[in-house]
Amino acid sequence: MKINVLAFGIAKDIFGKPSVSLELANDANVYNLKYSLEHQYPRLKQLASYMIAVNNEYALPGDTIHESDEIAIIPPVSGG
Amino acid sequence: MDNPFEQSIQIILQTDIQILAQPLNIQSCIDSVMLPESGGIDVFIGTVRNATKGKAVVHLEFEAYEKMALAEMKKIADQACEKWPIQKLLIHHRTGVLAVGEVPVIIAVSAAHRDAAFEACRYIIDMLKKTVPIWKKEIFEDGEVWVAAHP
Repeated sequence: MKINVLAFGIAKDIFGKPSVSLELANDANVYNLKYSLEHQYPRLKQLASYMIAVNNEYALPGDTIHESDEIAIIPPVSGG
Repeated sequence: MDNPFEQSIQIILQTDIQILAQPLNIQSCIDSVMLPESGGIDVFIGTVRNATKGKAVVHLEFEAYEKMALAEMKKIADQACEKWPIQKLLIHHRTGVLAVGEVPVIIAVSAAHRDAAFEACRYIIDMLKKTVPIWKKEIFEDGEVWVAAHP
């Protein structure tokens, strides 16, 4: 399946654009997504940490991803 | 002394959570949480500091994942309302370019008694900094840094 990953903050700088599209297995989970992203964008591994959000909620590594989901990469937040 | 009328007066909790690209209005934020039943209002105003670790800051840029940031702020507001007897609660956060002295965030909480207002306000800003997907970039004379991005 083809998914689209929204990027914010430093992740947007690393991607060089506000979103990237990615090909993943149909039963892929968040862990698989992170692995694939880090393979394509090794600079992600230098971040203090980052989370994946699925449909506006923080997701766990084992959470399954669906093609219709809104997926975003959330680098360390620094609001306030 | 049971007074059924008294008991039926329930202050409906109102929360006002917004992400705004325009300057925040401190006075109107305070006014909007004030109720005749309020005994106190606690307000946190975040301001853009002129330096980080001794290095002069030219300005800051704030970016938000708006839909999720609003949802996360709503969760924090709900948690605060469960923990303390709050009357009204407001969280306004800026996005865009902010100069030194400008206001990126205002949190205002009203309650019948001050303890609840103080504690809830502190809780909300502390949680906001941990979980709400908003990012701050510091722009210096000689470069720029996304805050907290790297270890």
